[in-house]
Amino acid sequence: MPLVTGEEPRHPPRAPDGAAAGAVGMELHVPQTAAHGGVGVGTMEAVASLGFMAAGAAAIWDSLRLGAGWAADGPQTGYFPFWIGLLLVTASAINLVGVALAARPRGGELRGRAAPLFLSWEQLRTVATVFVPTAIYVAAIPFIGLYVASALLVAWFMWRLGGFGPLRATASGVATALVAFAVFEIWFLVALPKGPLEELLGY
Amino acid sequence: MSKLVSRRSLALGLGGGVSMAALGGRGASAAGWEPTRPVQLIVPAGTGGGADQMARAIQGIVSKHNLLRQPIVVVNKAGGAGAEGFLEAKGARRNPHVLIITLSNLFTTPMATGVPFSWRDLTPIRMMALDEFVLWVNAESPWKTVGEFVEAAKGSRLRMGGTGSKQEDQIITAAITRATGAPFNYVPFRGGGEVAVQLVGRHIDSTVNNPIEAVTHWRAGALRPLCVFDSQRLAGTEKMTETMAWRDIPTAKESGLDVEYLMLRGIMGAPGITPAQLDFHADLLGKVRETPEWRELMAQGAFNTTTMTGDAFATWLAREEERHRALMQEAGFLAGQS
Amino acid sequence: MDEFGLLMQGFAVALQPENLVLMLVGVVLGVLIGVLPGLGGANGIAILLPLTFAMPPVSAVIMLSCIYWGALFGGAITSILFNIPGEPWSVATTFDGYPMAQQGRAGEALTAAFTSSFVGAFVAVVMITFVAPVIAGFALRFGPPEFFAVMFLSFAAFIGMGRGSALKTVMAMMLGFLLAAVGMDAMTGQLRLTFGSTEMIRGFDFLVAVIGLFGISEILMSIEDGLRFRGQKARIDLKVVLRTWRELPRHWAIALRSALIGCWMGITPAGATPASFMSYGVARRISKHRAEFGKGRIEGVIAPETAAHAAGTSALLPMLTLGVPGSPTAAVLLGGLIMWGLQPGPMLFVEQADFVWGLIASMYLGNIAGLLIVLVAVPWFAAILRVPFAVIAAIILVVCAIGAYTVNNAEFDIVLMLAFGVIGYVLKKLDYPLAPLVLALVLGDRTEEAFRQSLLISEGDLTVFFHNWLSGSIMAAGIVLAAWPLLSALRLRLARPAVA
Repeated sequence: MPLVTGEEPRHPPRAPDGAAAGAVGMELHVPQTAAHGGVGVGTMEAVASLGFMAAGAAAIWDSLRLGAGWAADGPQTGYFPFWIGLLLVTASAINLVGVALAARPRGGELRGRAAPLFLSWEQLRTVATVFVPTAIYVAAIPFIGLYVASALLVAWFMWRLGGFGPLRATASGVATALVAFAVFEIWFLVALPKGPLEELLGY
Repeated sequence: MSKLVSRRSLALGLGGGVSMAALGGRGASAAGWEPTRPVQLIVPAGTGGGADQMARAIQGIVSKHNLLRQPIVVVNKAGGAGAEGFLEAKGARRNPHVLIITLSNLFTTPMATGVPFSWRDLTPIRMMALDEFVLWVNAESPWKTVGEFVEAAKGSRLRMGGTGSKQEDQIITAAITRATGAPFNYVPFRGGGEVAVQLVGRHIDSTVNNPIEAVTHWRAGALRPLCVFDSQRLAGTEKMTETMAWRDIPTAKESGLDVEYLMLRGIMGAPGITPAQLDFHADLLGKVRETPEWRELMAQGAFNTTTMTGDAFATWLAREEERHRALMQEAGFLAGQS
Repeated sequence: MDEFGLLMQGFAVALQPENLVLMLVGVVLGVLIGVLPGLGGANGIAILLPLTFAMPPVSAVIMLSCIYWGALFGGAITSILFNIPGEPWSVATTFDGYPMAQQGRAGEALTAAFTSSFVGAFVAVVMITFVAPVIAGFALRFGPPEFFAVMFLSFAAFIGMGRGSALKTVMAMMLGFLLAAVGMDAMTGQLRLTFGSTEMIRGFDFLVAVIGLFGISEILMSIEDGLRFRGQKARIDLKVVLRTWRELPRHWAIALRSALIGCWMGITPAGATPASFMSYGVARRISKHRAEFGKGRIEGVIAPETAAHAAGTSALLPMLTLGVPGSPTAAVLLGGLIMWGLQPGPMLFVEQADFVWGLIASMYLGNIAGLLIVLVAVPWFAAILRVPFAVIAAIILVVCAIGAYTVNNAEFDIVLMLAFGVIGYVLKKLDYPLAPLVLALVLGDRTEEAFRQSLLISEGDLTVFFHNWLSGSIMAAGIVLAAWPLLSALRLRLARPAVA
């Protein structure tokens, strides 16, 4: 969270109609090196493999509880999850070994410098400016309802990231929530999560 | 774009206009209470199934006949054979704007999965109807009576198709096995329509489809009904095929098969709602049952139109719960049993 | 010709002014519903169903089927513009549609998608009109073994799709299968992989996962290098439609093949989603420009869209003639038919000829109306990309959250969506292919179900999958397709010495 509040969005946020903002196109992610520091690709590979492994292991464990055999009339409940889990664990293990081997030959301390980066600290900060408010938004929905949360999210994005004035940002946020409310609650009769404010208004 | 659409849909006279008019208006009805906000009708099953159709029919009837100043909002919560929907209703304590439509999974799901809820956690409002079950075989099969069918089943394991696992269809199958000793190879499918088509295509040997799920194939001469699992014959006397009406299908008992099973189609409320709120909903649903649309639906599906409210309904629920427990225990369907 | 006369009568019904108005309303509502992920197709029609009770059945079904067309069209819009598939069958459209949008060819991709959808649907409607009685019976031959064979074929057509390491492809696919298995096992009613959590009972819904994996992760990807989208501005006007149209006839073979795959998958009824994947897989397999697929080939948009719509449309045929829905949306329409007092099934064509032919006529007209509406709107859709990032990103996040919630009406699904967003972000950056994961997630449990149903029927005998010519030949085709990469590698190796 401090990442967001402490940092002024460093980007000229108004994407005007001109071609300036559009030129980025389909560029490939050129692997950056750890010159400025960040999370290495090897580290993330290992984390992902371990995650896959954990999922596979959990599946194996639960499948054994349910019965993972082949009964007279076909596979039991846990049969497929068991073998899929086993395959997943095996594949992840092989991948993990590969990652470890790739990291080693460079030898000792030199490795850190040449290893490609998954995400530089700078990029991480940018991603966080969007991700952290989104996470807060999702966490807040059960408490204040989707409409209020959405209004706040839109307003925050426009104000902090979009460089709009607080008034316009707030107005847009409220407008978004009202349009969503009209479409879902009134015309389509779909109930979305509501909070104390809607409660107060009799919905 | 969205603005254009919304105006169009308003012009269509959607429930929107009604709800706007009712916003804040709290006119007193005879019972002293009426909904002050949209009423959620939870369907503990997926879109398109029998319970969902009935819920949406109720929603449509209520809005067409202006029975309620607030709109009814249908919400599907099908997860875990309906456990999700029931847990939601159970958690909406004292909220009079939450209703749930129940089917047999009100009894079977907690018993089969161990997810903690029962009908006692909810407020029974009204039994709307009971759904019938009929034993169907392919019209090209040699079996013309229940006796012949059971005889064949004793000789070689027949394949019985049904909706879902450890739910009503499989319970009836287990009950037939218990009554006759004939074993079946039960094959679960996703929905009743699919089951009926599998029978028409002869991928399975028999089903216990609801009337509405199989009627069209019966009329087209592809399926043959053997018996109905009710204590009395069905009501419809109009000829559905050249020779038969619903009424001509014998009951299981007449055919020497002592199995009876009906499925609840009822509406329950959240726990802890006041008697005035309960009365309002019971009364509203009573009015729904009086409409021609509802009667049409009942006739189409050859439903058993028994209705109950209050203590009679609660007694019925208690008895059915016990019966399901006994049936499921015998079949080995209870959680942790298999 | 008897059908022709009946069809003309049907047109007379469908062309009545009030029905025309309903058609337009339906298409516009449908596009709106299709654009909102999670709300699309089945849910959208279910929501609007009660509103049609007051109408006569023909008008009601015309409006609902037009909502259906609209939703089919609409699903492509977010797939192409934001990499967020509005419907399961639009996933394959993102593979090339989104790269095209990033290259500033959004208008072209949208036009291709809409036009192909139209072509697919049109071929299917023509088929419904003239060969319905012949084909209807075909669906009856499909029992669980045949169904499994079709699923197997879908997977086989898709093998070798992912670029990058085979190991990672396997890992991604296995994860997809595992996620599909979570929740209630439909065969035994047991809960599996839920670890005692009531939130997990629901399982992982395909749409929730896809909204996160594709949509949210894409937003995170695009902001790494600054707060803006990687989408490009292009000159956007109606000329792009004409320009694309000039190019499209060149791809008639792909369109025809995809339409046939779609019709077949819709009738069997395996549905639109496997049809779109299979068609994309086959188009890529056959193309000379295989390596460019996934980087913005227009064929990669045409193939899945044509197939999905051919399948979506022909899925209505088994529904009308047999009462078995070929798609979730058809299932809801089926419920509608019953509520209007119509009994779908073999007797419908005989007893309710007016209704059936009115519906079929509205399929022609609704599709044409739909195509015109969405094509005219192409520049506006494409112009969405010009909205400043801060605004559009926030609105996309809100729409994604609403979409994830409405799939199952569960708040927990919004959390899952975000989690999938992070997972998708990490996996994409590490070059894990997401397509196999998604394919396994969407078809995994149905495939397992069909497999186990088959074995229940055969009492454990595995030869059931070859017990008749139908399932046997589909399985054989699947095995050939699966082995294709191996075979062609072998052929190359054999051919090379001869050349040299």
